[in-house]
Amino acid sequence: MSPSKLELNPSVKNILLLDSDGRRVAAKYFSDDWPTNSAKEAFEKLVFNKTQKTNARTEAEITMFENNIIVYKFVQDLHFFVTGSDDENELILSSVLQAFFDSVGLLLRGNVDKKEALENLDLILLRIDEIIDAGIILETTPNTIAGKVGSNSTESGAPLSEQTLSQALASAREHLARSLLK
Amino acid sequence: MAQPLVKKDDDRDDEAEYSPFMGIEKGAVLQEARVFNDPQLDARRCSQVITKLLYLLNQGETFTKTEATEVFFAVTKLFQSKDMGLRRMVYLMIKEISPSADEVIIVTSSLMKDMNSKIDMYRANAIRVLCRITDGTLLAQIERYLKQAIVDKNPIVASAALVSGIHLLQTNPEIVKRWSNEVQESVQSRAAFVQFHALGLLHQIRQNDRLAVSKLVSSLTRGAVRSPLAQCLLIRYTSQVICESGNNTQSGDRPFYDFLESCLRHKSEMVIFEAARAITELNGVTSRELNPAITVLQLFLSSSKPVLRFAAVRTLNKVAMIHPTSVTNCNIDMESLISDQNRSIATLAITTLLKTGNESSVDRLMKQITNFMSDIADEFKIVVVEAIRSLCQKFPLKYRSLMNFLSNILREEGGFEYKKAIVDSIVILIREIPDAKETGLLHLCEFIEDCEFTYLSTQILHFLGIEGPKTSDPSKYIRFIYNRVHLENATVRAGAVSTLAKFGAAVDELKPRIFVLLRRCLFDSDDEVRDRATLYLNTLGGDGSVVETDKAVKDFLFGPFDIPLVNLETGLKNYEPSEEAFDIDSVPKEVKSQPLAEKKASGKKPTGLGAPPSGPPSTADAYQRALSSIPEFANFGNLFKSSAPVELTEAETEYAVNVVKHIFDRHVVFQYNCTNTIPEQLLEHVIVIVDNSEADEFSEAFSKPLKSLPYDSPGQIFVAFEKPEGVPTLGKFSNVLKFIVREVDPTTGEAEDDGVEDEYQLEDLEIVSADYTLKVGVSNFRNAWESMGPDFERVDEYGLGPRESLAEAVNTVINLLGLQPCEGTEVVPPNSRSHTCLLSGVFIGNIKVLVRLSFGLDGPKDVAMKLTVRSEDETVSDAIHEIVASG
Repeated sequence: MSPSKLELNPSVKNILLLDSDGRRVAAKYFSDDWPTNSAKEAFEKLVFNKTQKTNARTEAEITMFENNIIVYKFVQDLHFFVTGSDDENELILSSVLQAFFDSVGLLLRGNVDKKEALENLDLILLRIDEIIDAGIILETTPNTIAGKVGSNSTESGAPLSEQTLSQALASAREHLARSLLK
Repeated sequence: MAQPLVKKDDDRDDEAEYSPFMGIEKGAVLQEARVFNDPQLDARRCSQVITKLLYLLNQGETFTKTEATEVFFAVTKLFQSKDMGLRRMVYLMIKEISPSADEVIIVTSSLMKDMNSKIDMYRANAIRVLCRITDGTLLAQIERYLKQAIVDKNPIVASAALVSGIHLLQTNPEIVKRWSNEVQESVQSRAAFVQFHALGLLHQIRQNDRLAVSKLVSSLTRGAVRSPLAQCLLIRYTSQVICESGNNTQSGDRPFYDFLESCLRHKSEMVIFEAARAITELNGVTSRELNPAITVLQLFLSSSKPVLRFAAVRTLNKVAMIHPTSVTNCNIDMESLISDQNRSIATLAITTLLKTGNESSVDRLMKQITNFMSDIADEFKIVVVEAIRSLCQKFPLKYRSLMNFLSNILREEGGFEYKKAIVDSIVILIREIPDAKETGLLHLCEFIEDCEFTYLSTQILHFLGIEGPKTSDPSKYIRFIYNRVHLENATVRAGAVSTLAKFGAAVDELKPRIFVLLRRCLFDSDDEVRDRATLYLNTLGGDGSVVETDKAVKDFLFGPFDIPLVNLETGLKNYEPSEEAFDIDSVPKEVKSQPLAEKKASGKKPTGLGAPPSGPPSTADAYQRALSSIPEFANFGNLFKSSAPVELTEAETEYAVNVVKHIFDRHVVFQYNCTNTIPEQLLEHVIVIVDNSEADEFSEAFSKPLKSLPYDSPGQIFVAFEKPEGVPTLGKFSNVLKFIVREVDPTTGEAEDDGVEDEYQLEDLEIVSADYTLKVGVSNFRNAWESMGPDFERVDEYGLGPRESLAEAVNTVINLLGLQPCEGTEVVPPNSRSHTCLLSGVFIGNIKVLVRLSFGLDGPKDVAMKLTVRSEDETVSDAIHEIVASG
């Protein structure tokens, strides 16, 4: 923490959600360190390869490279990452990771895997939006985050009973179409 | 929802790759986005389309300008829907598209309506979106609402406004600063995040007012902050205040230290760690202050959470660099971390132990590390190797076990960077610990017997050639070297031939045997190897007679190769085959670009290794050519140095003039580069009248005017002065540009016939001492320093007075002297109280100069400097001192 550093606010460089092959499920970058999509993908690949063999399923793990601190946690086929600069407080980054991890867990009601995550991608993106605003930590309490995203929506996450008849029909049609398409 | 759940179980296997976005395509989704325009909006369907658009963006797809505009306009239609979920997606989408300024206007009124909505979620998000996409003009309109939102009773709304304020402060500080009353109020909020955001914004508003920040900190440290994150912020601000207030050494108590210390007992680990870290980073922290922080970090070391262990060991690792003894208490906990699952933690633990370990624990530690090395990645191994090297420098008596360790790991598998780190370490130890030389060299010899990296083989061969002949029994290395000639590729063979020649030159008894070996190399299949063998046989007198190697040959073989390769390359390219041999002395020695990182063997032949140096031909070379094409300057001899252009006019004046100072042995040539920036003027007979009344040792010799200077096509004027030979004559020159102006008709481009005489005052120009020194790096400063000898050494001490920082003082002196910093010593580590900087260069008259600068802080800001100069001439050593004394 040198005195010349103007920005003393804790900040997050990116939040990543990758699958078990290292492909992007959801990602949000808040820093200019990776200006192009290929730079982002290269970073994701590097992060994935470096952490792949570690066991981050019970406790969040941590690593450091290229002047970045990366905290991460895995569940099923989903890999959660939060990156910050190397002078950031590791425990703050870890609290952001935990918020991201728990709020996705809350959203998917225990079925935390890639398929469910993709089906609820809209809500996951909204959760990221509620956790970090342009690099600044906005909120890290999972229940508050869930509340802010709003539950009385008409997204597929809503219970069937709350849908109107026409919506239920639309939903059924869609599932039928999907099963035909596969 | 029930349906997919059931389906999932039996589909899991054959449908592992199923994705709702399978086969998704940008064009199709953009078509789908037309549903946004339906008069009867289907919220659910619209949400899905937005999700698809977001998915595409998330995967790195980009929209063209028109596509983005279309999507944006379509999305704005969705404000008609009352569906909250859809509205939330609309907010997100607008932020992702980040519309241009003229498009923002479309959504402004919708967003402003939402900002005043009764629904909290609408208010919070509308603020965030609007502040993200707005520009200054709109901000003034919504300022009133934002101020209200800051003190909104809903914490989400307040946080949204505060965070937006933090962002807006970057672009519109004057507006955000007007909110400080509201922000101050919300610092007292009961909601944790509101307090955190309010504190962040309040500090940023006041950050340039030290007194206000200090007041803020002292009022809050009395315990008004509840949120852990806000507490972390407060700790950061506090340590900033401590840092700026300087050491209050009289009483021995640091202001606010008690606050930091009390945070070590906070209930949140995040705060405890932030406080511990802040204490360890205090300037000139004492061990009494440090101890409580070390104690909590020690507790973290045995935490079950990897993140905590990592944070603690990383901080302790940094502490160990400056206060190794304070960390020794943690050694037992640290040793158990060597086997930590997380390799980052294990590596940090090892390197910390290497820094804190005492001489007696070295052997035990090395045993533990040996087991550890086999299962970590190369990048971690390199860190360990570097730590071991510095340990060995600290405990030279332990070189045996450390050197053994290095040679053992050198034999194991590993990539190039790792091997290079080991070889570099061994080389450094050989240089610094004389006892370690012979074992170290033999380890290196063994390594090149089975080394797959050409670069490392040649480096080691070169090093052997320098160090090998000085050992007690040089002959035992010959076998290793000659084996290379049989077994390796051409590059290594050529390197081996050079090394053999060096042994021959340095050790007379070995000469006959070396000649036999070199003669065998004459039949090598590679040109370079044969050429080198022939060259060395001739220079060493390989006709059978054993003669003393004369000095010129020794210089050739062992002397540093101090011509930058780029310059040599251009020199050779310009050379036209003729009767006259290429003269290596004609190659300029000035380093134009920053030289590459110090390589221990830069004294190598240019044909050796690595990529050929690339880059533009040096400007020095271009100047030399330009000047020698002017007959009047042809007899001035070789150009010693050309300065960087110095501007003599302000930017954007009628005539732009800069000057390049060319220094010759007996002459100085000013090259005025002039540009006429007025389209309606044509300048003719342009001359520069130089007044040297403040530089009376110079006498004007020659002036070359410019015939005409049309608009926007630069021209040069040269003025030459004679000066005493080889002496750094200083002086100040005032300049006036004189010319005849002819008006130009801009439509026809024709100039009028009559011109008017006019003149234009230019800035003064000075010849300073740095104009007489050339930046020339040396590969090994220590060797160069010793071989220069203390004959013309001059030492003196200077007080530099109060300075911004040590680094600033070092830079000033380097720039003043105009010499090349060596071995990266121009970089001053932060917080250091003293620093040594090594400089080398060439003084006019081609005299080598080496300078050792020792800086020390004397009191809080005063910098003292000891300047030691060695050169080939005592007048030059004195001259360097004069430069500093007068500068």
